[in-house]
Amino acid sequence: MLNGKKVIAIGERDGVPGPVIAECLEGAGLEVVFQVTECFV
Amino acid sequence: MAEPAKAVRVGIEGVFYSLTHVPDLVRYGSKPLRELRANPELEQQLKNLLRNFNAATAYAPHQVYIGNITPAALNNLPKPWYEKLIEGATCDGRFGDLVDQERFYSLLARADQFNLVTMEEKWFHEHAAKHAVGKAPRLGPLAEVTALYEKGALPLYSSEQLVGAFEPGHAEDASLTADVLLENLAAKVTAAHSLGSLLNALKLSPEAIDFVISCSEEAVGDRYNRGGGNLAKAIAEEAGCENASGSDIKAFCAGPMYGIVHAASLIQSGVCSKVAVVAGGSLAKLGMKFESHVKKGMPILEDVLGSFAVILSAAETDQPCVRLDSAAFHPVRAGASPQAMAESLAEKPLAKLGMKLTDVDRYAVELHNPEITVPSGSGDVPRTNYLTLAALAVMRGQIKKDQMEDFVRARGMLGYAPTQGHIPSAIVYLGHALDALRNNEIRNALFISKGSLFLGRMTQLSDGCSFLVEKSEK
Repeated sequence: MLNGKKVIAIGERDGVPGPVIAECLEGAGLEVVFQVTECFV
Repeated sequence: MAEPAKAVRVGIEGVFYSLTHVPDLVRYGSKPLRELRANPELEQQLKNLLRNFNAATAYAPHQVYIGNITPAALNNLPKPWYEKLIEGATCDGRFGDLVDQERFYSLLARADQFNLVTMEEKWFHEHAAKHAVGKAPRLGPLAEVTALYEKGALPLYSSEQLVGAFEPGHAEDASLTADVLLENLAAKVTAAHSLGSLLNALKLSPEAIDFVISCSEEAVGDRYNRGGGNLAKAIAEEAGCENASGSDIKAFCAGPMYGIVHAASLIQSGVCSKVAVVAGGSLAKLGMKFESHVKKGMPILEDVLGSFAVILSAAETDQPCVRLDSAAFHPVRAGASPQAMAESLAEKPLAKLGMKLTDVDRYAVELHNPEITVPSGSGDVPRTNYLTLAALAVMRGQIKKDQMEDFVRARGMLGYAPTQGHIPSAIVYLGHALDALRNNEIRNALFISKGSLFLGRMTQLSDGCSFLVEKSEK
Protein backbone atom coordinates (compact mmCIF):
# COMPACT_ATOMS: atom_id res chain seq x y z
CA MET A 1 0.00 0.00 0.00
CA LEU A 2 2.82 2.39 0.87
CA ASN A 3 5.31 1.20 -1.71
CA GLY A 4 6.46 3.96 -4.06
CA LYS A 5 4.60 6.75 -2.28
CA LYS A 6 6.38 10.03 -1.77
CA VAL A 7 6.64 11.34 1.76
CA ILE A 8 7.82 14.38 3.71
CA ALA A 9 9.20 13.50 7.16
CA ILE A 10 9.33 16.15 9.88
CA GLY A 11 11.11 15.02 13.04
CA GLU A 12 11.33 16.69 16.42
CA ARG A 13 14.30 17.19 18.71
CA ASP A 14 12.65 15.79 21.85
CA GLY A 15 10.75 13.14 19.91
CA VAL A 16 11.81 11.18 16.84
CA PRO A 17 14.45 12.85 14.63
CA GLY A 18 13.82 13.30 10.90
CA PRO A 19 16.57 10.91 9.68
CA VAL A 20 15.17 8.13 11.89
CA ILE A 21 11.67 8.58 10.43
CA ALA A 22 13.16 8.69 6.94
CA GLU A 23 15.10 5.45 7.44
CA CYS A 24 12.00 3.63 8.68
CA LEU A 25 9.88 4.91 5.83
CA GLU A 26 12.48 4.07 3.19
CA GLY A 27 12.69 0.59 4.66
CA ALA A 28 8.93 0.32 4.14
CA GLY A 29 9.32 1.22 0.47
CA LEU A 30 8.42 4.90 0.54
CA GLU A 31 10.38 7.61 -1.21
CA VAL A 32 11.37 10.36 1.23
CA VAL A 33 11.49 13.55 -0.82
CA PHE A 34 12.29 15.79 2.14
CA GLN A 35 13.20 15.19 5.75
CA VAL A 36 14.10 17.60 8.47
CA THR A 37 14.41 17.73 12.24
CA GLU A 38 13.09 20.81 13.95
CA CYS A 39 13.26 22.12 17.48
CA PHE A 40 9.96 23.60 18.62
CA VAL A 41 11.18 25.24 21.82
CA MET B 1 34.54 -4.59 38.33
CA ALA B 2 37.12 -1.80 38.57
CA GLU B 3 36.78 0.72 41.39
CA PRO B 4 35.45 4.08 40.20
CA ALA B 5 38.21 6.69 39.91
CA LYS B 6 38.58 9.30 42.66
CA ALA B 7 35.91 11.99 42.45
CA VAL B 8 36.95 15.31 40.88
CA ARG B 9 34.82 18.14 42.26
CA VAL B 10 34.79 21.88 41.62
CA GLY B 11 32.85 24.15 43.97
CA ILE B 12 29.74 26.15 43.01
CA GLU B 13 29.80 29.37 45.02
CA GLY B 14 26.38 30.50 43.91
CA VAL B 15 23.97 31.24 41.09
CA PHE B 16 21.70 34.14 40.22
CA TYR B 17 18.82 34.16 37.75
CA SER B 18 17.03 37.16 36.34
CA LEU B 19 13.97 37.72 34.17
CA THR B 20 13.73 41.05 32.39
CA HIS B 21 10.13 41.86 31.56
CA VAL B 22 10.05 43.60 28.16
CA PRO B 23 6.49 43.50 26.81
CA ASP B 24 7.18 46.25 24.28
CA LEU B 25 10.06 44.29 22.75
CA VAL B 26 7.92 41.20 22.07
CA ARG B 27 7.18 42.72 18.65
CA TYR B 28 10.92 42.40 17.86
CA GLY B 29 11.05 38.68 18.58
CA SER B 30 11.83 36.78 15.38
CA LYS B 31 8.39 35.19 15.06
CA PRO B 32 6.27 38.28 15.87
CA LEU B 33 8.45 40.45 13.61
CA ARG B 34 7.76 38.19 10.62
CA GLU B 35 4.10 37.54 11.36
CA LEU B 36 3.20 41.16 12.13
CA ARG B 37 4.78 42.21 8.86
CA ALA B 38 2.62 39.70 7.01
CA ASN B 39 -0.54 40.28 9.11
CA PRO B 40 -0.51 43.80 10.58
CA GLU B 41 -3.94 43.22 12.15
CA LEU B 42 -2.28 40.77 14.56
CA GLU B 43 -0.40 43.63 16.24
CA GLN B 44 -3.38 44.96 18.17
CA GLN B 45 -4.37 41.44 19.25
CA LEU B 46 -0.84 40.89 20.53
CA LYS B 47 -0.77 44.23 22.35
CA ASN B 48 -4.09 43.47 24.04
CA LEU B 49 -2.64 40.30 25.54
CA LEU B 50 0.64 41.71 26.89
CA ARG B 51 1.06 41.40 30.68
CA ASN B 52 2.06 44.16 33.04
CA PHE B 53 5.05 43.80 35.36
CA ASN B 54 2.94 42.84 38.38
CA ALA B 55 1.31 39.99 36.49
CA ALA B 56 4.71 38.79 35.23
CA THR B 57 6.07 38.94 38.79
CA ALA B 58 3.13 37.07 40.31
CA TYR B 59 3.28 34.33 37.65
CA ALA B 60 4.07 31.12 39.53
CA PRO B 61 6.74 29.76 37.12
CA HIS B 62 8.62 33.07 37.43
CA GLN B 63 8.51 32.81 41.22
CA VAL B 64 10.03 29.33 40.89
CA TYR B 65 12.67 30.72 38.52
CA ILE B 66 13.86 33.32 41.04
CA GLY B 67 13.74 30.89 43.97
CA ASN B 68 10.69 31.96 45.95
CA ILE B 69 8.73 28.76 45.22
CA THR B 70 10.26 25.30 44.84
CA PRO B 71 9.60 23.24 41.71
CA ALA B 72 7.91 20.64 43.95
CA ALA B 73 5.51 23.28 45.32
CA LEU B 74 4.57 24.27 41.76
CA ASN B 75 2.90 20.85 41.45
CA ASN B 76 0.32 21.87 44.02
CA LEU B 77 -0.51 25.30 42.62
CA PRO B 78 -3.77 25.68 40.70
CA LYS B 79 -3.73 26.15 36.91
CA PRO B 80 -3.76 28.01 34.68
CA TRP B 81 -0.86 29.70 36.41
CA TYR B 82 -1.36 32.85 34.33
CA GLU B 83 -4.79 33.29 35.92
CA LYS B 84 -3.98 32.04 39.43
CA LEU B 85 -1.37 34.65 40.22
CA ILE B 86 0.62 34.44 43.44
CA GLU B 87 -0.69 36.90 45.99
CA GLY B 88 1.99 39.07 47.59
CA ALA B 89 4.64 37.95 45.09
CA THR B 90 7.80 40.03 45.07
CA CYS B 91 10.25 40.70 42.26
CA ASP B 92 13.19 39.81 44.54
CA GLY B 93 13.81 36.11 44.93
CA ARG B 94 16.03 33.84 47.00
CA PHE B 95 18.50 33.63 44.12
CA GLY B 96 17.08 35.86 41.42
CA ASP B 97 14.95 38.82 40.47
CA LEU B 98 12.62 40.31 37.91
CA VAL B 99 13.58 43.56 36.21
CA ASP B 100 10.99 45.85 34.68
CA GLN B 101 11.16 47.45 31.24
CA GLU B 102 11.96 50.96 32.50
CA ARG B 103 15.02 49.71 34.32
CA PHE B 104 15.99 47.63 31.29
CA TYR B 105 15.91 50.69 29.01
CA SER B 106 18.09 52.47 31.51
CA LEU B 107 20.58 49.58 31.61
CA LEU B 108 20.53 49.41 27.81
CA ALA B 109 21.23 53.13 27.35
CA ARG B 110 23.94 53.11 29.98
CA ALA B 111 25.75 50.09 28.53
CA ASP B 112 25.83 51.52 24.99
CA GLN B 113 29.38 52.59 24.07
CA PHE B 114 28.64 53.45 20.42
CA ASN B 115 25.81 56.01 20.60
CA LEU B 116 23.30 53.51 19.31
CA VAL B 117 20.60 54.26 21.86
CA THR B 118 18.88 57.64 22.23
CA MET B 119 16.20 57.90 24.90
CA GLU B 120 13.53 60.60 24.94
CA GLU B 121 14.69 62.90 27.74
CA LYS B 122 11.38 63.73 29.39
CA TRP B 123 10.25 60.11 29.62
CA PHE B 124 13.69 59.03 30.75
CA HIS B 125 13.85 61.57 33.58
CA GLU B 126 10.37 60.63 34.76
CA HIS B 127 10.67 56.84 34.54
CA ALA B 128 14.16 55.50 34.04
CA ALA B 129 16.63 58.01 35.45
CA LYS B 130 16.24 56.57 38.95
CA HIS B 131 17.88 53.39 37.66
CA ALA B 132 20.76 55.12 35.91
CA VAL B 133 24.10 54.41 37.53
CA GLY B 134 27.46 55.19 35.98
CA LYS B 135 27.75 56.44 32.41
CA ALA B 136 25.15 59.03 31.41
CA PRO B 137 22.85 57.78 28.67
CA ARG B 138 22.36 59.65 25.41
CA LEU B 139 19.15 61.68 25.71
CA GLY B 140 17.26 63.89 23.28
CA PRO B 141 13.93 65.63 22.77
CA LEU B 142 11.03 63.74 21.24
CA ALA B 143 11.62 65.51 17.91
CA GLU B 144 15.14 64.06 17.73
CA VAL B 145 13.98 60.57 18.68
CA THR B 146 11.18 60.76 16.10
CA ALA B 147 13.61 61.95 13.43
CA LEU B 148 15.94 59.02 14.17
CA TYR B 149 13.01 56.63 13.90
CA GLU B 150 11.97 58.16 10.58
CA LYS B 151 15.53 57.76 9.32
CA GLY B 152 15.40 54.03 10.05
CA ALA B 153 16.31 53.60 13.70
CA LEU B 154 14.38 50.93 15.60
CA PRO B 155 11.70 52.57 17.78
CA LEU B 156 11.63 51.74 21.49
CA TYR B 157 8.19 51.97 23.05
CA SER B 158 6.65 52.10 26.48
CA SER B 159 3.09 50.96 25.77
CA GLU B 160 2.04 53.26 22.90
CA GLN B 161 4.60 55.96 23.67
CA LEU B 162 7.78 56.36 21.62
CA VAL B 163 10.51 56.66 24.26
CA GLY B 164 13.71 55.90 22.39
CA ALA B 165 15.43 54.95 19.17
CA PHE B 166 18.08 52.34 18.44
CA GLU B 167 20.30 53.16 15.48
CA PRO B 168 22.18 50.72 13.24
CA GLY B 169 25.92 50.38 13.83
CA HIS B 170 26.71 50.60 10.10
CA ALA B 171 24.81 51.76 7.05
CA GLU B 172 25.33 48.60 4.98
CA ASP B 173 26.48 45.82 7.30
CA ALA B 174 23.72 43.21 7.82
CA SER B 175 25.50 42.05 10.98
CA LEU B 176 25.28 45.51 12.53
CA THR B 177 21.66 46.43 11.88
CA ALA B 178 19.66 47.99 14.69
CA ASP B 179 17.65 44.85 15.41
CA VAL B 180 20.79 42.66 15.55
CA LEU B 181 22.58 45.13 17.83
CA LEU B 182 19.52 45.44 20.07
CA GLU B 183 19.60 41.65 20.51
CA ASN B 184 23.30 41.73 21.30
CA LEU B 185 23.17 44.67 23.70
CA ALA B 186 20.13 43.18 25.46
CA ALA B 187 22.09 39.96 25.99
CA LYS B 188 25.06 41.93 27.32
CA VAL B 189 23.11 44.00 29.85
CA THR B 190 20.90 41.19 31.11
CA ALA B 191 23.93 38.91 31.62
CA ALA B 192 25.87 41.71 33.32
CA HIS B 193 22.90 42.36 35.60
CA SER B 194 22.84 38.70 36.69
CA LEU B 195 26.61 38.67 37.22
CA GLY B 196 26.58 41.92 39.21
CA SER B 197 23.68 40.67 41.33
CA LEU B 198 25.47 37.40 42.05
CA LEU B 199 28.64 39.23 43.06
CA ASN B 200 26.55 41.35 45.45
CA ALA B 201 24.77 38.33 46.88
CA LEU B 202 28.07 36.54 47.52
CA LYS B 203 29.68 39.77 48.81
CA LEU B 204 32.44 39.26 46.26
CA SER B 205 34.42 42.05 44.67
CA PRO B 206 34.16 42.03 40.84
CA GLU B 207 37.97 42.10 40.81
CA ALA B 208 37.97 38.59 42.31
CA ILE B 209 36.76 37.06 39.04
CA ASP B 210 39.60 36.08 36.72
CA PHE B 211 37.62 34.66 33.79
CA VAL B 212 34.11 35.00 32.39
CA ILE B 213 32.52 32.51 30.03
CA SER B 214 29.43 33.66 28.16
CA CYS B 215 27.07 31.13 26.67
CA SER B 216 24.61 33.69 25.38
CA GLU B 217 23.13 32.75 22.01
CA GLU B 218 23.70 35.95 20.04
CA ALA B 219 26.07 36.18 17.07
CA VAL B 220 28.17 39.24 17.95
CA GLY B 221 30.42 40.52 15.18
CA ASP B 222 30.53 42.48 11.94
CA ARG B 223 30.04 41.17 8.39
CA TYR B 224 33.57 39.76 8.27
CA ASN B 225 33.21 38.06 11.65
CA ARG B 226 29.54 37.23 12.07
CA GLY B 227 29.34 35.42 15.38
CA GLY B 228 32.95 36.42 16.12
CA GLY B 229 31.90 36.67 19.70
CA ASN B 230 33.56 37.28 23.01
CA LEU B 231 30.50 38.89 24.43
CA ALA B 232 31.96 37.45 27.65
CA LYS B 233 34.58 40.15 27.89
CA ALA B 234 32.02 42.89 27.24
CA ILE B 235 29.89 41.43 30.05
CA ALA B 236 32.93 41.24 32.35
CA GLU B 237 33.65 44.92 31.63
CA GLU B 238 30.03 45.92 32.24
CA ALA B 239 30.01 44.06 35.58
CA GLY B 240 33.27 45.71 36.65
CA CYS B 241 35.38 42.54 36.53
CA GLU B 242 38.56 44.51 35.78
CA ASN B 243 40.91 41.56 36.27
CA ALA B 244 38.98 39.16 34.10
CA SER B 245 39.20 38.23 30.50
CA GLY B 246 36.69 35.93 28.91
CA SER B 247 35.51 33.96 25.94
CA ASP B 248 32.28 32.52 24.63
CA ILE B 249 31.10 28.94 24.52
CA LYS B 250 28.52 28.42 21.79
CA ALA B 251 26.62 25.16 21.59
CA PHE B 252 22.99 26.12 21.01
CA CYS B 253 20.92 25.38 24.14
CA ALA B 254 23.66 23.16 25.57
CA GLY B 255 26.02 26.16 25.80
CA PRO B 256 25.60 26.77 29.56
CA MET B 257 26.40 23.16 30.42
CA TYR B 258 29.54 23.22 28.27
CA GLY B 259 30.34 26.57 29.88
CA ILE B 260 30.22 25.03 33.35
CA VAL B 261 32.37 22.07 32.28
CA HIS B 262 34.95 24.40 30.73
CA ALA B 263 34.92 26.67 33.77
CA ALA B 264 35.36 23.72 36.12
CA SER B 265 38.21 22.45 33.95
CA LEU B 266 39.97 25.84 34.05
CA ILE B 267 39.79 25.73 37.84
CA GLN B 268 40.73 22.07 38.23
CA SER B 269 43.75 22.57 35.96
CA GLY B 270 44.89 25.61 37.95
CA VAL B 271 44.60 28.00 35.00
CA CYS B 272 42.01 30.13 36.84
CA SER B 273 40.80 30.35 40.40
CA LYS B 274 37.37 31.98 40.14
CA VAL B 275 35.34 31.71 36.95
CA ALA B 276 31.90 33.14 36.16
CA VAL B 277 29.64 31.43 33.63
CA VAL B 278 26.98 33.82 32.37
CA ALA B 279 24.27 34.14 29.75
CA GLY B 280 22.02 36.95 28.67
CA GLY B 281 18.50 36.83 27.36
CA SER B 282 17.44 35.85 23.87
CA LEU B 283 15.40 38.67 22.34
CA ALA B 284 14.82 36.67 19.16
CA LYS B 285 12.77 34.13 21.14
CA LEU B 286 10.32 36.65 22.58
CA GLY B 287 6.78 35.82 21.49
CA MET B 288 7.92 32.64 19.73
CA LYS B 289 4.55 30.96 20.40
CA PHE B 290 2.48 34.13 20.44
CA GLU B 291 0.12 33.03 17.69
CA SER B 292 -1.23 30.11 19.69
CA HIS B 293 -1.47 32.30 22.79
CA VAL B 294 -3.45 34.87 20.77
CA LYS B 295 -5.71 32.12 19.40
CA LYS B 296 -6.47 30.90 22.90
CA GLY B 297 -6.85 34.38 24.36
CA MET B 298 -3.99 33.75 26.80
CA PRO B 299 -1.50 36.38 27.91
CA ILE B 300 1.67 36.53 25.81
CA LEU B 301 3.81 34.47 28.18
CA GLU B 302 7.08 34.83 26.27
CA ASP B 303 7.63 38.42 27.39
CA VAL B 304 10.79 37.99 29.45
CA LEU B 305 14.52 37.82 28.73
CA GLY B 306 16.15 35.16 30.91
CA SER B 307 19.68 35.46 32.20
CA PHE B 308 21.88 33.81 34.79
CA ALA B 309 25.34 33.82 36.35
CA VAL B 310 27.20 31.04 38.17
CA ILE B 311 30.53 31.39 39.96
CA LEU B 312 32.83 28.40 40.35
CA SER B 313 36.03 27.97 42.36
CA ALA B 314 38.00 25.20 44.09
CA ALA B 315 35.75 22.95 46.16
CA GLU B 316 35.42 23.48 49.86
CA THR B 317 34.27 20.92 52.38
CA ASP B 318 30.56 20.16 52.28
CA GLN B 319 29.98 22.57 49.39
CA PRO B 320 27.74 21.77 46.39
CA CYS B 321 30.06 20.89 43.53
CA VAL B 322 30.17 19.98 39.88
CA ARG B 323 31.43 16.42 39.65
CA LEU B 324 33.85 17.09 36.80
CA ASP B 325 34.64 13.42 36.25
CA SER B 326 30.95 12.84 35.50
CA ALA B 327 30.91 15.29 32.58
CA ALA B 328 29.59 13.63 29.45
CA PHE B 329 29.14 14.74 25.87
CA HIS B 330 27.08 13.31 23.05
CA PRO B 331 29.55 11.81 20.53
CA VAL B 332 29.08 12.03 16.77
CA ARG B 333 28.52 8.30 16.46
CA ALA B 334 25.84 8.14 19.16
CA GLY B 335 22.79 8.92 17.02
CA ALA B 336 20.11 11.47 17.74
CA SER B 337 17.26 9.30 19.02
CA PRO B 338 16.04 10.17 22.52
CA GLN B 339 17.26 6.77 23.74
CA ALA B 340 20.75 7.35 22.33
CA MET B 341 20.83 10.76 24.02
CA ALA B 342 19.78 9.26 27.36
CA GLU B 343 22.38 6.50 27.06
CA SER B 344 25.19 8.95 26.28
CA LEU B 345 24.24 11.66 28.73
CA ALA B 346 22.83 9.66 31.67
CA GLU B 347 23.44 5.93 31.64
CA LYS B 348 27.08 5.86 30.51
CA PRO B 349 28.45 8.69 32.68
CA LEU B 350 26.62 7.29 35.71
CA ALA B 351 27.99 3.80 35.03
CA LYS B 352 31.48 5.35 34.96
CA LEU B 353 30.84 6.50 38.54
CA GLY B 354 29.45 3.12 39.54
CA MET B 355 25.87 4.47 39.60
CA LYS B 356 22.57 3.44 38.09
CA LEU B 357 19.79 5.70 36.77
CA THR B 358 17.94 5.09 40.03
CA ASP B 359 20.89 6.40 42.08
CA VAL B 360 20.14 9.96 40.90
CA ASP B 361 17.75 11.80 43.20
CA ARG B 362 16.83 14.56 40.74
CA TYR B 363 17.21 15.02 37.01
CA ALA B 364 17.32 18.49 35.50
CA VAL B 365 16.36 18.25 31.82
CA GLU B 366 14.84 20.67 29.29
CA LEU B 367 12.65 22.53 31.77
CA HIS B 368 10.43 24.52 29.41
CA ASN B 369 7.22 25.78 30.98
CA PRO B 370 4.44 23.54 29.55
CA GLU B 371 1.91 26.35 29.88
CA ILE B 372 3.85 28.07 27.07
CA THR B 373 4.51 25.05 24.86
CA VAL B 374 1.41 22.85 25.15
CA PRO B 375 -1.04 25.36 23.58
CA SER B 376 1.16 25.54 20.48
CA GLY B 377 1.29 21.78 20.08
CA SER B 378 4.92 21.51 21.18
CA GLY B 379 3.97 19.24 24.08
CA ASP B 380 5.24 18.98 27.64
CA VAL B 381 8.96 18.89 26.90
CA PRO B 382 10.27 18.03 30.39
CA ARG B 383 7.78 15.19 30.75
CA THR B 384 8.86 13.73 27.40
CA ASN B 385 12.48 13.83 28.54
CA TYR B 386 11.68 12.26 31.93
CA LEU B 387 9.69 9.46 30.30
CA THR B 388 12.69 8.68 28.07
CA LEU B 389 14.90 8.34 31.16
CA ALA B 390 12.26 6.22 32.91
CA ALA B 391 11.90 4.00 29.83
CA LEU B 392 15.66 3.46 29.77
CA ALA B 393 15.54 2.49 33.45
CA VAL B 394 12.82 -0.05 32.57
CA MET B 395 14.89 -1.45 29.68
CA ARG B 396 17.85 -1.91 32.02
CA GLY B 397 15.72 -3.64 34.64
CA GLN B 398 16.24 -0.89 37.23
CA ILE B 399 12.51 -0.24 37.61
CA LYS B 400 9.36 -2.01 36.45
CA LYS B 401 7.22 -0.58 33.68
CA ASP B 402 4.44 0.29 36.11
CA GLN B 403 6.95 2.35 38.13
CA MET B 404 7.65 4.81 35.31
CA GLU B 405 5.26 7.45 36.63
CA ASP B 406 6.79 7.10 40.12
CA PHE B 407 10.24 7.57 38.57
CA VAL B 408 9.08 10.76 36.80
CA ARG B 409 7.32 12.10 39.90
CA ALA B 410 10.17 11.39 42.32
CA ARG B 411 13.15 12.34 40.16
CA GLY B 412 11.65 14.93 37.85
CA MET B 413 9.78 18.20 38.09
CA LEU B 414 7.41 20.42 36.17
CA GLY B 415 8.96 22.80 33.69
CA TYR B 416 9.00 26.44 34.77
CA ALA B 417 11.47 28.23 32.50
CA PRO B 418 10.50 30.62 29.72
CA THR B 419 11.32 29.30 26.22
CA GLN B 420 14.63 31.14 26.07
CA GLY B 421 16.63 28.25 24.58
CA HIS B 422 19.79 28.02 26.62
CA ILE B 423 18.08 29.10 29.88
CA PRO B 424 15.60 26.19 30.29
CA SER B 425 18.22 23.68 29.25
CA ALA B 426 18.84 22.12 32.71
CA ILE B 427 20.93 25.04 34.05
CA VAL B 428 17.75 26.75 35.31
CA TYR B 429 17.50 24.17 38.13
CA LEU B 430 20.95 24.82 39.61
CA GLY B 431 19.71 27.34 42.22
CA HIS B 432 17.11 24.92 43.58
CA ALA B 433 19.65 22.08 43.40
CA LEU B 434 22.08 24.04 45.60
CA ASP B 435 19.28 24.63 48.15
CA ALA B 436 18.19 20.99 48.10
CA LEU B 437 21.78 19.74 48.52
CA ARG B 438 22.50 22.17 51.36
CA ASN B 439 19.27 21.09 53.09
CA ASN B 440 20.10 17.42 52.51
CA GLU B 441 16.83 16.94 50.60
CA ILE B 442 18.72 15.28 47.76
CA ARG B 443 22.12 13.59 47.50
CA ASN B 444 22.71 14.59 43.90
CA ALA B 445 21.22 15.93 40.69
CA LEU B 446 22.10 15.05 37.11
CA PHE B 447 21.94 17.98 34.69
CA ILE B 448 21.25 17.05 31.05
CA SER B 449 21.02 19.58 28.25
CA LYS B 450 20.45 19.23 24.52
CA GLY B 451 21.56 21.34 21.59
CA SER B 452 19.72 21.38 18.25
CA LEU B 453 22.72 21.64 15.95
CA PHE B 454 20.63 20.86 12.88
CA LEU B 455 19.02 24.30 13.14
CA GLY B 456 22.23 25.81 11.73
CA ARG B 457 22.03 23.57 8.64
CA MET B 458 25.65 22.44 8.99
CA THR B 459 24.86 18.94 10.26
CA GLN B 460 21.86 16.75 10.92
CA LEU B 461 23.27 15.99 14.37
CA SER B 462 21.89 16.85 17.77
CA ASP B 463 24.16 17.40 20.72
CA GLY B 464 24.11 17.31 24.48
CA CYS B 465 26.15 17.66 27.63
CA SER B 466 25.60 16.46 31.19
CA PHE B 467 27.18 16.44 34.64
CA LEU B 468 26.36 15.44 38.18
CA VAL B 469 26.09 17.96 41.00
CA GLU B 470 26.65 16.77 44.56
CA LYS B 471 28.22 17.94 47.80
CA SER B 472 31.93 17.61 48.39
CA GLU B 473 32.85 15.16 51.11
CA LYS B 474 33.32 16.24 54.70
